[in-house]
Amino acid sequence: MELITNLGLGLQTALTLTNLLYCLLGVFLGTLIGVLPGLGPTATIAMLLPITFGLPPVSALIMLAGIYYGSQYGGSTTAILVNLPGEAASVVTALDGYQMARQGHAGKALATAAIASFFAGTVATVLIALFAPPLAAVALEFGPADYFSLMVLGLVAAVILAQGSLLHAFGMVVLGLLLGLIGTDVNSGAARYTFDLPQLADGIGFVIVAMGMFGLGEIIRNLEHEGTRSLMVKKIEGLMPTREDFKRIWAPIVRGTALGSLLGILPGSGSILGSFASYSLEKRVAKEPSRFGKGAIEGVAGPESANNAGAQTSFIPMLTLGIPSNPVMALMIGAMIIQGIQPGPSVITEQPALFWGIIVSMWIGNLFLIVLNLPLIGLWVRLIMVPYNYLYPVILVFCGIGVFSLNNSDFDILLMALFGFLGYVFAKLDCEPAPMLLGFILGPLMEEYLRRALIIGRGDASVFITSPISGAMLLLAVVAMAFVLMPAIRTKRAEAFQEEA
Amino acid sequence: MNSTPNPASRNPKDLYAGLIYIAIGVAAIYIGRELPMGTALQMGPAYFPTVLGGLLAFIGLISLLRSFLRSGMPIDSFAWRPLLIIVGATLVFGLLVRGAGLIVALPLFVLMTAFASTQFRWVPSLALAAATTVFCAVVFVVGLGVPLRLLGRWFGG
Repeated sequence: MELITNLGLGLQTALTLTNLLYCLLGVFLGTLIGVLPGLGPTATIAMLLPITFGLPPVSALIMLAGIYYGSQYGGSTTAILVNLPGEAASVVTALDGYQMARQGHAGKALATAAIASFFAGTVATVLIALFAPPLAAVALEFGPADYFSLMVLGLVAAVILAQGSLLHAFGMVVLGLLLGLIGTDVNSGAARYTFDLPQLADGIGFVIVAMGMFGLGEIIRNLEHEGTRSLMVKKIEGLMPTREDFKRIWAPIVRGTALGSLLGILPGSGSILGSFASYSLEKRVAKEPSRFGKGAIEGVAGPESANNAGAQTSFIPMLTLGIPSNPVMALMIGAMIIQGIQPGPSVITEQPALFWGIIVSMWIGNLFLIVLNLPLIGLWVRLIMVPYNYLYPVILVFCGIGVFSLNNSDFDILLMALFGFLGYVFAKLDCEPAPMLLGFILGPLMEEYLRRALIIGRGDASVFITSPISGAMLLLAVVAMAFVLMPAIRTKRAEAFQEEA
Repeated sequence: MNSTPNPASRNPKDLYAGLIYIAIGVAAIYIGRELPMGTALQMGPAYFPTVLGGLLAFIGLISLLRSFLRSGMPIDSFAWRPLLIIVGATLVFGLLVRGAGLIVALPLFVLMTAFASTQFRWVPSLALAAATTVFCAVVFVVGLGVPLRLLGRWFGG
């Protein structure tokens, strides 16, 4: 019953008054920013990251995790009420959620989303508690070659799971890896690609890239399609689903949780794929598939649970391997490093209170969400109603000051502007920013592991194949790549990201 | 499938993305020449970036070639007004924030970015600029202690 002891330790950590408060604050702030139209979790976390710097490590990570679920839940709220999804995963929720709102069932749609998320969050938390420790134990055996190959596999999976063109996802990953190498080379001390700018000597902060490409880039894209948003409902009534509704949603929630938990572990857009997959599954098993897209409550329940389950299980690779599977986890890793914690499999044994505290706080955060959001829905509605043309200048100000406060450097603000420009141009060319950010954070790590592996192998690249773990992962990467390049699978892959509305 | 009027390249997105990859890949290799390559056993600082630069240029080449073989959608028109105003305003903010100080740079930033909207109006935007400046000065500078001067050194702050 080691699990019980561990969870007890986690409860001790998470239930201190300070940590409870930071969890609540994180969930609240996350929802507050996430509810603003057009701001996804990545931009939200990047924006709020600086305010956690002064906190002790456990509190900072608990608060950041809270911000993450909060922003996701906020995004669903906006998707349901104004059909403006802040991120790809909420696109699916908007399909039927917005229709429900138009038919006067906004309250029910919001409550369904909250209940589905809570259930999924609870199950996924248990899954993390069960599977993270054995995974971390396996990961402790990994050598440099294994780590390198694991990252190759992760990046290949991120390419496969990215939306849009495979080739461009691949290109963006490599571009990210390259950009990640800017700065001083840790081994030789040589300045690389710094153009003699002292501000680049420590490399480019990943928050700057995330804030530029996701924050600025998204605001510019939103301004492109500026129009008047119409809020369907002025008053939200009838929050609780009826008995009849519960009968309809329990099975989609369970299926969505299972799908989301599984896909969330995968790198890249795994958690996004979860909500798409859940939606098409529900449509397929429904007795009357024609109801979907016209306000089917199952179309909200399934994807919302998949979304939240995936968001939660994406912590597994981050906590056990120290490898981020998506931009949000990259931000989390960055936060850990800033707090002086080296992410990786040893966190679980060296900092058990931190590890289990975070896990328990995940469940508490989900509880806060359901308790906090349904009563506060009036506040969120008022926030959504703030006209966008008054909202985005303030968001930009927060981005600007947030980026400045990272290193107290005005140069970083200029860099953020540059990445905003790049983010917009790349989006126009259908090149996704998410794989780039993933490559960006993995670049220096991959180089370091490659270097170490080659030293151990005396310069012979065969170490990557002779080590069984590394060889298996490389083989898997090759097979996966070959698999998606088959014409039949390619069409299927394109379909998976289309909402069949 | 839409056919684009350009007879040579049938997929402008692939074409331009390919050119960008090639440019960055080649630049990475070119700039990396100044640094020691090292060997596989003792990787120098230029080793990994050169490999990646080559890979990126190769991906760019495939994208470029593909643009002549497989047709695709034309690139959506650029929204130059918000793009240039938002990026420009952020640059101006970055350049002014230390020298001029927060109570000069910040309202200017808000006004400039607000101007990117087609629904821009002077009076509410000025009010927004004033309110945001007061809020940020109180919360970030006084409250959270972000080391930004309210009035910069250009004004003797």
